[in-house]
This record gives sequence, structure tokens and C-alpha cells, in this order.
Amino acid sequence: MNRRDLIAPALALTLLIAAWEIAVRFFVIPPQILPAPSLILQTLAADARLLFGSLLVTLRITFAALLVATIAGVALAILFAASRFAERALFPLAVIFQVTPIIAIAPLLLIYLEPTSAVLACATLVAFFPILSNTALGLASADRQLRDLFALYDAGWWKTLLHLRLPTALPYFLGGLRIAGGLALIGAIVGEIAAGSGGAGSGLAWRIMEAGHRVNIPRMYAALVLIALAGVAIFVLLSWLQRIALRRWHTSAMAAE
Amino acid sequence: MTSKRAKTSARQKPRPAQSAPLAELRNIGKTFESGVTALHDVSFSIRRGEFLSLLGASGCGKTSLLRIIAGLLAPDTGSMRWQSGSRPRETGFVFQEPALMPWADVSTNVRLPLRLLGIDGHTAELRTREALALVGLEKFSGTYPHELSGGMKMRASLARALIVKPKLLLMDEPFAALDEISRFKLNDELLALWQQLDCTVVFVTHSVFEAAYLSTRTLVMSQRPGTIAEEIRFLPATERFDPQYRTSASFAARARKLSEALVRAQALERMQ
Repeated sequence: MNRRDLIAPALALTLLIAAWEIAVRFFVIPPQILPAPSLILQTLAADARLLFGSLLVTLRITFAALLVATIAGVALAILFAASRFAERALFPLAVIFQVTPIIAIAPLLLIYLEPTSAVLACATLVAFFPILSNTALGLASADRQLRDLFALYDAGWWKTLLHLRLPTALPYFLGGLRIAGGLALIGAIVGEIAAGSGGAGSGLAWRIMEAGHRVNIPRMYAALVLIALAGVAIFVLLSWLQRIALRRWHTSAMAAE
Repeated sequence: MTSKRAKTSARQKPRPAQSAPLAELRNIGKTFESGVTALHDVSFSIRRGEFLSLLGASGCGKTSLLRIIAGLLAPDTGSMRWQSGSRPRETGFVFQEPALMPWADVSTNVRLPLRLLGIDGHTAELRTREALALVGLEKFSGTYPHELSGGMKMRASLARALIVKPKLLLMDEPFAALDEISRFKLNDELLALWQQLDCTVVFVTHSVFEAAYLSTRTLVMSQRPGTIAEEIRFLPATERFDPQYRTSASFAARARKLSEALVRAQALERMQ
């Protein structure tokens, strides 16, 4: 995305915020109902230590979950590639975890695990599936003729995995990772909310709940803005990673000529 | 190109005796899970040093036959016997598409067979350079496949097959997707390479002209089920290395002979 592509979304966002600010001032809406963007910004500055500390907690869990999900997802995808039986046996289980809403699983996890681990488990569970399914698809997508070539020279399973199937799967994996990044953040937030006051955690979602109880609406908004920004930042970071890793050869990452 | 061809024809060496069989296929049959019988009772031998073409319409089982020869597909019936006991380790395979690894540059792609065979280091380096030079891609070793034209990708694919110094070169309609001008050029280069490298070529094609231009022997196939209808042998003609050959009467005569055989093969299909 170059600079000119940024003009339209920046304009839309600026207009929205300006309209919001004007509306709040013009209709004299009390901040307990809808704080003006300027007040949210002030709150963000005033509560910076508190909020950014919480952001760090949530981000740490998000990235830890992403790491665990990546390792587990890729490992399981390789297992599926090695054994049709394993795939048939385990893939439906992965689907069951995927389709069961995490918010419904979270209370159970909180019984079995201590709060921080439970939140991590929530985030990992939702981030896991796109990595697994994309990587499994990628590993199965190796070019037929190249597979023939590897067979012709008696390359064993490991050599074929290393030199053919893993590189083939890389773009699929990175696509899955980009989805998983956003999902891990959602999973972490859901976990924190489920953990509620029972949790000793102090992540952003917990800050929102706490501020809600105190009817501190501007702080709720400030925390919400941070969560949204964190989500966007994760997306941008993983998109950048995807582009860097694939720019030499993959159509998706090459500049249009 | 002309100069290269002239050079090759100047040191035209006698081909090795073309009678010694490299391999023999007997009563090969293959039926796929879908119930389609791809091949039925196919028997022929591959002779050392020859340029053998398998000519037929798409769907006549040519590709299956080539994969059986390569050992990539097991026949349901019949047997394949190699004179030396097994398929030469030095076998090159050129596919319908270039089938290059898009994530690797040309030299890594060309080098792949050596890597899979466990040949590394200086030897691999040297042979990669040799193979690239054979197909005229010396300057493109660091280029990625997506930056190459269709013809150049095919050259890279050919270099990958040549790097093993093939005793047997299996080619599956390698130039079918190319424009005619590139195809003619690659045909000429392939002939020169075959002459120079002294290997046996089994070449699958659906083009009468390609078979007539390249081969010393052509097996004309009929389809449903795929079987060999006719064998047409050509003397290895020295005039093939003449730049004028493509427009010569002798080339036209060969092409006509093959066309007629193909018509007979189709008539045979209709009778069944």
C-alpha cells in the first residue's frame, strides 16, 4: 500500500472523528453517555501508565498464544501430511474446537487452569485453527510434477517435506498467521472478560470491565481505542512479515508491474 | 543458433549401435481407479542411443506410459525390464510444464536433482554452471522463475534434466505450451544436445511435425485404450542438422508418413 492508497481511509476516519466531536459539543452530550474524541484522548494521556501497562499484559498473552498456536498448528499439520489416518482421526476434533464459541469454553478453562493460563489457552485455541488448516492445505498443495521429480531421484519423505512441501506451504501458513493474529487478540480479550474480577490479571479487557463498574465511560473508550489500535498493529505487522518473506517469488507479495 | 548447428553437424559422430536394447516393456496395461483403461497390452523396447517419440492424441496414455518407464507409476499388468537391472540413476525428466520451484532462483532449481542425489559442493557448483551453459542460461542463474519467459523457463527445466548427465532423458510434451518460434528453436537445440550428450531420449508429443523433426523412431499410438498402432523408423538423417531441413522435401515426406499412420491408428479405433 503506498501513500496515495492511505488518503481515502485517512479522510474517512478524520471526518468520522470530526463529526463525533462536533455532535457531542453541539448536542451537549454528557461524557457518561458519549465522551468526545478529545476527552478520550485526554483520558488516554491521563491514565497512560495504567492503560499501557494493561495493553502490555494483553499483548504479551496475545503473542505467547500466537507462538504456541504456530508451533502446535504447524506440528499437527506436518503430522496430518505424514499420516492420512492421523488427519482423519484428529481433524474433526480440531473443527469441534473451532466451531464451539470460545466464550462458552472459557468458564470451563477457568475451572481447570489458573487465570493467566486460562486466558492464554483461550487465545491459543482460537488462533490455532487457521494456522493448522492453512498449513495443512499448503503442505498438500505441492506441484504434482515436482513431486514426481522428487520421487524420480528417490528423495525420501523428509527431504520432500523440507525442500518441497514446506516451501510450498509458506504462503498458506503466512495467510493463516495473519488471520490468527487478530483472533489471538480476540481470544485474549474474551478470556480476560470471562476471568473477570476473579482473575488477578490486569489486561485491557479487565480495565474496560472495571471502568464500566465505576461508570468511567471515557476510560472504557480509551481502553477500547487501545485494543483496536493493537489489533490494527498486529495485522500490519503480520502483513509486513508476509510481504517480506514472499516478495522474491510469490504473486501476492510482488509489486504490480 | 545457426552457427551452433553447423558446428554440431561438422563433428557429426556415428551414433552408437542403435540395436542394443536399454529396456523392454512387455504387455503393459494400466487401468485407473476411475475405470478408465489408459494402456492396454503395450510392448516395445527402448534402444540405446535412439530418439524415440511416442506420438498420439491427448488421452491416449502417453504420459502414463512415460511415468511407467520412469518408475513413477506401477503398471497393472505386464513388465518392464531394464538391461542393466534397473532404470539408470542418471535419468532426466522434462515435464509438460516447466515445474520450477517458484521460491528458488534458476541455479537452485537446476541444481535440485544433485541435491536430492546427495551431490554437493564444488562438483555441484561446476555441473550447475555446465548445465546452464548447455541451454544458454549462464547469465540467469540468480533469476527467479517468474522473471523468465515461457521459453526460458523450459530451458531451465531442460537444464535441470541435463544436470544429472542423463543416460535416459524422458520428455513429456515439453514444448507444447510454447509459441512455434520458440518451439522450433528448442527443437534444434534439443537435437544438438542429444547428438552431443549421447543419451537415449523418449519424447512424448502430439505433434506430427515435432516427431518427424526429432525422432529416429516413432511409435504411433491409438487411444481408448491406449496402445501402439504402428512403428515408424527413420534413418538418422544427417540433413536434420541442416538449417534448411525444416523446409525440405525429406522432412515433408516424414511428416506425411506419420500423418498417414495417425489416420490409420484412428481408423483402427473406430473399428473397435
